[in-house]
Amino acid sequence: MKSAIINARIIDTKNNIDETGGILINENGLVEAVGKDVTKDNVGDIKVTDCQNKIAIPGIIDGRVFVGEPGFEYKENYSTLSQAAISGGVTSVVTMPNTDPVVDNVSTFDFIKRRARDKSLIKIHSLASLTKNTEGHEICEFGLLKLSGAIGFTDGVKSIQNNNVMDKIFNYAKNQNALVIQFPQDNELSKNGVINEGLIATKLGLKGIPDYAEHLVIERDLRLLNQYKSKYHIALLSSGKSIQIINEWKKKELQFTCGVSINQISLNENDIGEFKTFLKLSPPLRKEQDRLDLIDGIKNELIDIIVSDHKPEDEESKRLTFQTCATGSSGIETFLSLALEQFHNGNLDLKTIIKCITENPAKIFGMKAGSLEKGMPADITVFDLNKPWVVKRENLKSKSKNTAIEGKKLQGKVEKTYLNGKLVFEI
Amino acid sequence: MALFKTKQAVKYEKKHLLGIQDLSIPEIVHILNESQSFVELNRKENKKLGLLKGKTQINLFFESSTRTLSSFELAGKRLGADVMNMNVSNSAIKKGETLIDTAMTLNAMHPDILVIRHGDSGAANLLSRKVNCSVINAGDGWREHPTQALLDAMTIKMKIGKIEGLKIAICGDIMHSRVARSNIYLLTMMGAEVRVIAPSTLMPKEIGQFGVKVFTNMEDGLKDVDIIMMLRMQLERMDGSYIPSTREYYEFFALDYKKIKHAKENALIMHPGPMNRGIEIDASLADDINRSIIVQQVEMGVAVRMACLKILMENQS
Repeated sequence: MKSAIINARIIDTKNNIDETGGILINENGLVEAVGKDVTKDNVGDIKVTDCQNKIAIPGIIDGRVFVGEPGFEYKENYSTLSQAAISGGVTSVVTMPNTDPVVDNVSTFDFIKRRARDKSLIKIHSLASLTKNTEGHEICEFGLLKLSGAIGFTDGVKSIQNNNVMDKIFNYAKNQNALVIQFPQDNELSKNGVINEGLIATKLGLKGIPDYAEHLVIERDLRLLNQYKSKYHIALLSSGKSIQIINEWKKKELQFTCGVSINQISLNENDIGEFKTFLKLSPPLRKEQDRLDLIDGIKNELIDIIVSDHKPEDEESKRLTFQTCATGSSGIETFLSLALEQFHNGNLDLKTIIKCITENPAKIFGMKAGSLEKGMPADITVFDLNKPWVVKRENLKSKSKNTAIEGKKLQGKVEKTYLNGKLVFEI
Repeated sequence: MALFKTKQAVKYEKKHLLGIQDLSIPEIVHILNESQSFVELNRKENKKLGLLKGKTQINLFFESSTRTLSSFELAGKRLGADVMNMNVSNSAIKKGETLIDTAMTLNAMHPDILVIRHGDSGAANLLSRKVNCSVINAGDGWREHPTQALLDAMTIKMKIGKIEGLKIAICGDIMHSRVARSNIYLLTMMGAEVRVIAPSTLMPKEIGQFGVKVFTNMEDGLKDVDIIMMLRMQLERMDGSYIPSTREYYEFFALDYKKIKHAKENALIMHPGPMNRGIEIDASLADDINRSIIVQQVEMGVAVRMACLKILMENQS
């Protein structure tokens, strides 16, 4: 059955649309028409939803999400992730291979593919690991895993340390046209580190992680990439200086892409206060200047995507000392609202934010998503740009409640989420 | 006569004692003034008071300790408290029980005061939010060891009569030292000129922002100082990861008769203990009664801890 949404401010950065109008959805859940010509009078006698001038964008793509299946189902499963995601307007996610066992072979990959198919409401795009058991030694079967559906390869929370292994990864990935995704952090420099190296670390008596632990890996990778010109994406940036390095290589016309976590552009190390374990993140929150530099990086298109870095951790993993507790925060539900903070405070314009969570991730990960032209799946997120609300743990749908922004006042909230033309979430 | 003018003192009224960072100058003055009466008491034949009669004090030590643990034990007992020592290195924690579980278990036994030492920074803060009783931090990771800094200040004040204006050098592994941090906070607050001396691999890069002067060699750092505070050097840091060898460290950073010549003629030596003789300090220098006030530090330790226990107990009632 056909349906339509009307009276929305439609923003589709890929097709350069920003106008009040509607979206006509065909019986297969695909976009049939979009724009100002889709009005109540033009669509005929079908089900019409009036968006009352709220904003409609392509369903959000979250480029870095941890699911607990298999091995950590008590933290998050595909079903709880889906509920959390749609309430945050997220319709597609890229999942990390850091499960137990690690997603490093075809049979485990097929298992998660089946689980995702059976249990997930949203669209799951899975990554497999770069190396067996993410140990950084032996390269995974990029070719076979790609045939199974892996959209890219990463060791997720780990970084490839061995130069020779990284060299071979770039070389072989080129061969298989596989996307290599690196979490850039030197293991030895960051060993036992739990926070940004600096004054706050010294005050709290915690081992710091210097920002050059990130620069070293980025520098090395880009040098290697320059040899092979493979497909390469830097998963997360935390340091302002990384932006300079990236800029230098982009000037030499080296092709690669970068991501940043919403946490890194919204918070800084001061927010950790007196050992708030929910703000122990990896990479660590850094200085205010780093945060501002990262925002500039987005503005200057040196950073391509913003991710939630949704890492659900159960209460027990966080109710420990800062030194020993788990890293990461749950953030898929607050993703868009927190990103909109950068619009409301004048740091980023709306289209830039939307591009970084729709068009750009779709392009990097090769997804049929992120835009609303005719023939695309009608994954749509409708949100109120101005609605104020307060983040409360108990209202989160994720299985784990480890939000880094408990009690934060946000402006802007998802009102409706459509998946393949079907309304799956409404406030 | 009180150690400091009493009009400078303001009673510390918080429930816990977690770090020097949380104290103000008048509160420090008050704690030190209170300690003075206990110094006198401890030198008497009858050292027992009933101030903490009926109170239960649990010393929860996750790291091994001899002097701090016995100091707290004695302090509690002399005030009449029932004191229990829990050495956790061989208990349920090893079987996977978390710090909070242990705290909740102990909390159910209704202690009045918990003295905790833990290898993780912030452990005492975490515990203080979960239990009903008062918590004293007896050392958390690299962060703070407040009673050590208080007893050091007490020792200096008793010995020299003032803290303000003194040049005090803290030497050794500044990076990993909670004693250094607590002393830096306290001594700078009290108006001393604090210097830190360490090889740069054991010096936090931002330590200058703590209001101290930073030196990477002993000769310059010790010039004209009144007090030299040596820190214990952890042997595991001497294996080439931070410094090449014990021998090299001794040559450049240990306190010996040659290096001490750069300090004031009557400069005093302090050490929080336990000492590594022949590693960070020359053995005979450590025993030099004209120089070393290490024994007095131990004596002041009991008095200062009695004062802390008394003040926190008063705050409960």
